[in-house]
Amino acid sequence: MFIRLSAAVAALSLLSGAALAQAAKPSDPQIAHIAYTAGVIDVAAAKQAVAKSTNKDVKAFAEDMIRDHEAVNKQALDLVKRLNVTPEDNDTSKTLSKNAAAKLDELGKLSGAAFDKAYVANEVAYHKAVDGALETTLIPSASNAELKSLLQTGLKIFQGHEQHAEHVAAMLK
Amino acid sequence: MKPRWIIPVVAGLVSGASISALAATIQISMENLEISPAEATAKVGDTVEWVNKDVFAHTATARNGDWDVMLQPKKSGTLVLKKAGTVDYYCRFHPNMKAVLTVTP
Repeated sequence: MFIRLSAAVAALSLLSGAALAQAAKPSDPQIAHIAYTAGVIDVAAAKQAVAKSTNKDVKAFAEDMIRDHEAVNKQALDLVKRLNVTPEDNDTSKTLSKNAAAKLDELGKLSGAAFDKAYVANEVAYHKAVDGALETTLIPSASNAELKSLLQTGLKIFQGHEQHAEHVAAMLK
Repeated sequence: MKPRWIIPVVAGLVSGASISALAATIQISMENLEISPAEATAKVGDTVEWVNKDVFAHTATARNGDWDVMLQPKKSGTLVLKKAGTVDYYCRFHPNMKAVLTVTP
C-alpha cells in the first residue's frame, strides 16, 4: 500500500517537479481538465467510502467530499462553458486517473477499520499532493483570471479537506 | 401644579430603555472560504447572523462546544448570544476557516 501511495504522490508531484519544468506549462484547457479530474477522483473515492465504511466519522467526511467536490466541479463546468473553453485531456490527467483507478481497486479489497484507515490516509496524501500542484503549477500557469480565481478557491477547499482528513485520521488512531 | 419637566424626562427614560432593549444583529460573512470579519464583537442578547455566500456548506462551530451553527450553501444562520466571553470558532468541514467572537456582558 505504501508503495502505491508514494507512487501516486510521486505522479502528482510530477506536476510541480522537474518533469514539468522541462515541459511547456499547461494551457488553460489542460488546467481545467486536470482540476476537474482531480475533483472527480475524490468524489469516486468518497462514494466508495460511503458504500464500504461503517464508521460514522469516515462516512460523514466522505459525504462532505462528495458535496464539496461536486460543487467545485459544477462551478468549473459553468466557467468553461461561459468561457467557451473545452477542457483538454493530457498526460497529467491520464496519470491521475490511472493511479486513482488502481487505488480504488486496492481499497476495494480492504474492509472495516483497515479500509477506513487506508482511505483517510490516502485522502490526506492526495489532498496534500493536489494542494502542492495547485500552488506551484496550476494557479501560476492559469492565464484566465476567472479560472485562476476558481483554482484559488479550490486550493482553500483542498487545504480545508486536508486538515479535516488529518483530524479524522487522528480520531481513527 | 405639575412640574413641566416631568414629560421630557419620562419620554427620555422610555426612549433610552427601548434603545438598550433593542438587541443588535451582527452580520459576519463567509465567502471564498474566508470568515469576515475574522474578529467580531457583540453583546449578550445580540444576534449573530452568518451569511454563507459560498456554494459550499459551512458551519460556525465554537471550539468550547457552546454552539454549532449549520450554514447551507448560499444561506444564513443565526445565533442569539447568551454568554459573555471570547469564543474561537471554525468551520467543521473546512477547519482552515477560523475566527473569533468576543461577547461582552
